[in-house]
Amino acid sequence: MTVKWRVVGAKTTGRTRRRAGFLAAGGALLLAATAACGGGTGGGSSQGGFHPVKQTGGSLTVWVDSTRLAAAKLYQKQNPSVKMDIVTYDGDANGSNYLRTKVSLFNRTRKGWPDVVFSSQNNEATWAVQDGFTAPLNKGLIPSSTLAGWAKGANDPCTVNGTLYCLRNDLSQTVLWYDAPLMKQWGYQVPKTWEEYQAIGRKVASEHPGYLVGSAGDPWTPEVYMWAGKCGANQITGPKAAKVDTAGPNCTRMASLLDGLIKNKTMSLSSVFSSDFDKNEADKVLMMPGPSWFGGSVFQGTFKTPAHRIAAAPMPQWSGDTAASTGNVGGGTWLLSAHSTNLKAAAAFLTWATTADDYQGKLAPGYPAYAPAAKTWLAQQASSGYYSGDITGTLQAAADQIWPGWGYGQFSQEAVWAATVTPKLTAGKTVTSLLPAWKDAIVNYARADGYQVTQ
Amino acid sequence: MSSQATHARRSQAPARRALGPARAGHGFVAAYTVLLIAFGIVPTGYAVYFAFTNAGGRFTGLSNFSTALDDFRFGPAVGHVAFYLLCWLVSLVVFVVGLALLLHRMAAGGVSRVLRFLYYVPGALAGAASVMVWLFVLDPTVSPAAFLLRGLGYHTFGQVIAPGHLPILFTLVAFWTGAGGWIVVMYGALNNISPDVLEAARIDGAGAWQTAWRIQIPLLRKWIVYMVILAFAGGTQLFVEPQLLSQASVGVAGRDYSLNQLAYDFAFQNNDVNTAAAISVELLLVGLVVAGVFVARSGFFDAD
Repeated sequence: MTVKWRVVGAKTTGRTRRRAGFLAAGGALLLAATAACGGGTGGGSSQGGFHPVKQTGGSLTVWVDSTRLAAAKLYQKQNPSVKMDIVTYDGDANGSNYLRTKVSLFNRTRKGWPDVVFSSQNNEATWAVQDGFTAPLNKGLIPSSTLAGWAKGANDPCTVNGTLYCLRNDLSQTVLWYDAPLMKQWGYQVPKTWEEYQAIGRKVASEHPGYLVGSAGDPWTPEVYMWAGKCGANQITGPKAAKVDTAGPNCTRMASLLDGLIKNKTMSLSSVFSSDFDKNEADKVLMMPGPSWFGGSVFQGTFKTPAHRIAAAPMPQWSGDTAASTGNVGGGTWLLSAHSTNLKAAAAFLTWATTADDYQGKLAPGYPAYAPAAKTWLAQQASSGYYSGDITGTLQAAADQIWPGWGYGQFSQEAVWAATVTPKLTAGKTVTSLLPAWKDAIVNYARADGYQVTQ
Repeated sequence: MSSQATHARRSQAPARRALGPARAGHGFVAAYTVLLIAFGIVPTGYAVYFAFTNAGGRFTGLSNFSTALDDFRFGPAVGHVAFYLLCWLVSLVVFVVGLALLLHRMAAGGVSRVLRFLYYVPGALAGAASVMVWLFVLDPTVSPAAFLLRGLGYHTFGQVIAPGHLPILFTLVAFWTGAGGWIVVMYGALNNISPDVLEAARIDGAGAWQTAWRIQIPLLRKWIVYMVILAFAGGTQLFVEPQLLSQASVGVAGRDYSLNQLAYDFAFQNNDVNTAAAISVELLLVGLVVAGVFVARSGFFDAD
């Protein structure tokens, strides 16, 4: 990948260097080219074609979102000798593309890049590699023994043609959250299959109207239901190739399952973070399929559900399916700038932020992608006493069951669903009737990002 | 001799006086010209250069324009902006002129002064801040006007921001933030109409309605044209409202809504600055053509 971009860039630099400043989108390509052609400290072709710029040291610029600010601050406290410049930004929340916008501007001005960046999006590598922003991590910057500690497949979204360009911060494997005392009180069994889940939804509608078995109002609805249900709407088959199929049996039966529950009002159409949900529905949640961070962030933090109520079970499966599959909602990544003049310090911070027990194990809100830290984190959760029963086994098992048939593309599946499906659901249409429109939208956005799409 | 000297002094004096203001004038214009070149003309030229070249800086003719035209988001964005402009311009002209006339009729009392201030206040908020205010106003759970929204049958934020409502909502926001300033301008223009003319009309038996329709509005015509030209240019550049709404609704409403957003997406999501520049050049052209038509048809620059 890198090599290919270099070649393209090299052609452009053939034209006079002065004009380079005026080049448009070629800025990124050029950047890779200039990085390759001059200014480097040399060191031969070390790190598999990656040529670091002159290592002049200086302060370490770190960009984090407000949640990860704790990590940067703790590192500064433990390492007072490192000169750090900590900047908070929105962490690219809600697909704001702030990081990408800034990097593309920095690529033009050729300065200003942060050394290490946290992003709450897991698909940053899809553009950051092309833009020449990220440094390869598995070519000498971080020892492979450290990298071996990540959960299976956790760094897949960071890998381009075998080279690792970012590190996963946390996993967001989905599980079935439920109100354990309420389930027991009403005599319901925790569903193991989607069919059982649907049956409970019907029961709740007639026996306890007003209560919910899930929410389909958030942008990550397709990642919770369609991903876990193995719908092939987002098959990323190559760096710029995708296959989109929303008409397969897994998509249609999940769509009709959602439709039934939306119709009998056991599936909410409000976002779990909306003021509407918080005010009217937060205390009416019987079950809710959702990512690992729902426990702390949604139930404990937003809904303020009392302790000893919420428990986690494995995601329901299609009856007859043998291999368990689950979805995934986000999971942030850390990127290291290829332009850093302080690679050693940057790599040290990056390693610490993703692996240190002090942060990932004890402070981080999400399930750490680095397995040893995850052990500490799970033990911490178990000892917190908030949950009803032990959720660690469920989360740990789900971490390895994320269905690999759903890829990490440059276009945002969440944004596509939010703009195409959500408003029409609010207007009373069914998911089933929207499947073709959903597919068309995915195809359109994928093509706009340069993907070859097969349907 | 002395008379000659006096004459000389007399003829010199006006010359010196004329030179002074001219120099100051040049000074003011120079400062403006520098800023205009730096932030208006150079970026425009830059955009035009980008619009006709590819990423490698090679001339590509109209290919960037056809890329934009072929994009699946372009047609809907044009439709959105056109419909929004229709709502926005009609409501702007009707309500601004109407309210300014009302204000002018009440000129005697202190009420007029208070109202002028009240109309202007929302305009003092920066664009983004006023959109934030509206995001709260439009959410039935937290809105102070929740009873109104519920009365209209909307119980959740999602229902309020349904795609079909967006042109009306953006018009509301734009009117709320932008109209106050124009009302004050129109009020000033109305004050410029000679009282003799209005008195003559009154003596001829013209009522309030006839005075407004046959005398005040025709005399305001140039101001209205001026307002429409600026509002049109501003309206085609719709960006902050849909962009913020898109962020607030987590992408449910307002994504890729306007042409400016599409240009932004091309530049920063699809890494295609050239097509983004092509869209902005199109917007510039449309703005210039419309301004030209309005100026030509209204005799905007004709001396009275």
